[in-house]
Order: sequence, then C-alpha cells, then structure tokens
Amino acid sequence: MNFSNTYIIAFVTLLCLVCSAAVSSLAVGLKPRQEANKRLDMAKQVLQVAGLVEPGQEVSSEEIEEMFAEIELLVIDRRTGEVLDVDPDTVDPRKAAKDPETSTATPDYKKRYSETQVKRLPDQLEVYVVNVEGHESVVLPIHGYGLWTTLYGFLAMKKDLSEVVGITYYEHGETPGLGGEVDNPAWKAQWPGKVPFREDGTLALEVLKAGAPQTRPESQIDGLSGATITTVGVDSMLELWLGEHGYGPFLQTLEGGAVPNG
Amino acid sequence: MDKQTKKILVDPLYVANPITLQVLGICSALAVTTKLEAALVMSAALTFVLTSSNFIISALRNRIPGSIRIITQLAVIASLVMIADQVMRAFFFDVSKQLAVYVGLIITNCIVMGRAEAFAMANPPLRSALDGFANSLGYSIILIYVAFFRELLGSGKVMGYQILETTRAEGWYTPNGLMVLSPGAFFLIGLFIWVQRSITPEIQEKD
Repeated sequence: MNFSNTYIIAFVTLLCLVCSAAVSSLAVGLKPRQEANKRLDMAKQVLQVAGLVEPGQEVSSEEIEEMFAEIELLVIDRRTGEVLDVDPDTVDPRKAAKDPETSTATPDYKKRYSETQVKRLPDQLEVYVVNVEGHESVVLPIHGYGLWTTLYGFLAMKKDLSEVVGITYYEHGETPGLGGEVDNPAWKAQWPGKVPFREDGTLALEVLKAGAPQTRPESQIDGLSGATITTVGVDSMLELWLGEHGYGPFLQTLEGGAVPNG
Repeated sequence: MDKQTKKILVDPLYVANPITLQVLGICSALAVTTKLEAALVMSAALTFVLTSSNFIISALRNRIPGSIRIITQLAVIASLVMIADQVMRAFFFDVSKQLAVYVGLIITNCIVMGRAEAFAMANPPLRSALDGFANSLGYSIILIYVAFFRELLGSGKVMGYQILETTRAEGWYTPNGLMVLSPGAFFLIGLFIWVQRSITPEIQEKD
C-alpha cells in the first residue's frame, strides 16, 4: 500500500496525540493515589525502624496514619544542629543536595568519605522525633553507595543516644541474596541495643567484615557475607552521617539534654 | 476450536516457545527471576502489554504506513507499558517498588515487538490478541521455572517463604551464590533448551 506524505504526517500526529492523552490522563488521575502510597510507605518504614511496628506485622493504613501523626518531623541546620522553623514539606534534602545554593561539598570527601559517594551534603536535614512513651527516639535518614547503587535508609537511636533502636533500607539495588540482605530482618536484628558512641563522644558503632572477630561486641555489627563492598558502604555511611558533617551537631544538642523542639 | 486457533494458542507454549525456541525476551528472563514473586508480576504485566498491543496494532494494521510501522508499534507498546506501570504504582505499590525499572523495560522486550511485527501486522485483531496471550503464557512458563529454581537454590526460599534452612540462619543449606546472579539464569535456560530438544527432536535446528 502506498500512503501519501500528508497521510503519514497526519497519522503520526494523531497517534502521538492519542497515546499521550491516554498516558497523561491516567498519570494525572492516579497521581494522588501514588503519592499517598509513597507517603504511607515512608511512614511505615519510620515506624518500623523506631520499633513501633514489628517487621511483618500487618497494619492498616489508618493505623499507620494514626501512629505517624505522633511523630514529629523536624528540619535542622546541618552545621549547627539547630532546629529550624521551616515547614518540612518545603524541604527535600535529596533535591537540595544537587543544588549548590542549598548544599555544600562534603568536607574531607576524598580522604574519609569517598566510599559513600555522597559528594554534596544538603545544608538542611530532616529528623523524625518519636515521643511515644517507651519508644523515645530519633530517626535519621541516611544514604550512601553500596556496590551498585545508593542505599537509602533510616537509622533510629534512643533519644539519649544510649543505644541503637534499628536500621532499615527502603531503597537499594544491591544483589539479591548478597548485598540485598541489608533488608533481611535477621541481619537487621543485630542492630538494636548496640552502643553508638564512646564516652568521649566518638563514634563507636561499626560494621565489620563478615565473620571478623569482634573486639567490642557492644558496638560492632557483623557484616554481610559475600557482600564486602555493601558492608563497607554501610559502615562509611555511619561514619559520615553520625559524624561532625552529618547529624553530629544535632545529636550533641540531644546529649546536652536540650529539648530539640525548644 | 478450529485447528488454526489451537495452533496459535498451543504452539508458543512448547514447540514455538518465545524464550527457548525463538530466543526472545532473554534479557528480562535474567533480570527479574531472582524472586518468584517478581517473575509472576512481570509475567502478568507482559501478558497485559502483549495481548493489548497485538490487538491494537492488528486493528490498525491496514492503516499503518509501512515506512513508519516500527515506530508506530513502539509508540503503542510504550504507551501500554506506561499505563501498566502507572496502574501498578497506584494499586500494587510494594511489588512495583521491587520491580522498579524492569516494568519500563517491557518496552524493549523483544517478544512484544517481535509478535507485533511477525503476527499482528498480518492477522486480524482477535487472532492477534490470542497470539499475544499465548506467547505471554509461553514466556511466563519459562520465567516461573527459572525464578522458582533461582529463588529456591539461591536463597532457599519460595515466594519469600523459607523452604531450605540456610547456613546464615543456622540451617544446613549453603545458598548457591551463582543462582542469585544473572549467569544462574543462563544455566537454567540452557538446561531447559537441552532437555526440551532431547524430548522433542523435531524442534532441533538443522545444522
């Protein structure tokens, strides 16, 4: 069959219009649902890492919303640790880290933090504060590079910084069965109760190579076997985010007994 | 059911299986088969895309100018894939999180365009839809077979439930690391191709 050029152009135009109309109307129509799903998933992760929801426990979305309402989301100044009077909805640390206006190149990046591949740090960070009785804790969003991709997760600590409450990674692309075991409940179960800081305030928490002898079992985590690089990634992530350029200044305000939302 | 319909429906399951005979769709057979659940969702998504793309392209086949037929097929397929992806994100959030980028990669799945070009462009809509559906089933069978063994041998689980107690959890089974990596799927598909061609010598290629 021979088609004229006019027909071909008309055909293509019509095809594009129909396809884009179908896709975009569906995308717009489903957007609120998708956004709600994302928020709910994030809330569930925070609740799980703070120990308010047991892993594998079935909770309805209403229950999640209800529990999550008890959790405070604070915006802090990364360098001073001060709590800022900013609406958390307007802050997106992930986006901010890409913009030179709202972020700073990671100090000592080459020397100390190159494994995390976090080249820029946002000037403002988010912290979840849990005030539920018996579960007083702070949940810190952390991220850093593993073997293939950046891992995004949360680290929860008791508000008095005496021990770790839990860790979770909600987004990663590590090898299933090896590095992907970072989300294995059995591995994550090692974390609660570990002592994050030494008496002098230096970081004690560390992740060792799998099977390595532990000299300070109260603060050391056995790494993932078969996933040395992911393990190193998790360890250097702790070093960066719990250090002076990460949440360090903010955590100091907690240690000093100051009320973080004061 | 007349003979021809039956042939369209049954052939892709075995003697003309898209993966083991036509050797199409190998990429996703490696990528999404570390866990059975992901393979099932992938199969469902592909079935939707392939059945409807074959139907739509076949319905348009006499109007599609030959010079731009490939890009037309691609536009239809890409739209359907995006629709599938959006729907999954809204209603099956957990699974869509697991599959992440792979749903989008259905666009490049050779089976979809292969069937559009080879069948839908030359056959009426209903028969094309049937062909798409049958080929998706043939694809799904292989995907499920590969994913079942990869998950079982690679992490000792089936559908996320622990079947073999792994040494990591103080059990007896040492997980086979090869199975969680892509080459494991090659071994399983190769094994299938070998067994299939030994049982049915007629499908062996002539040298």
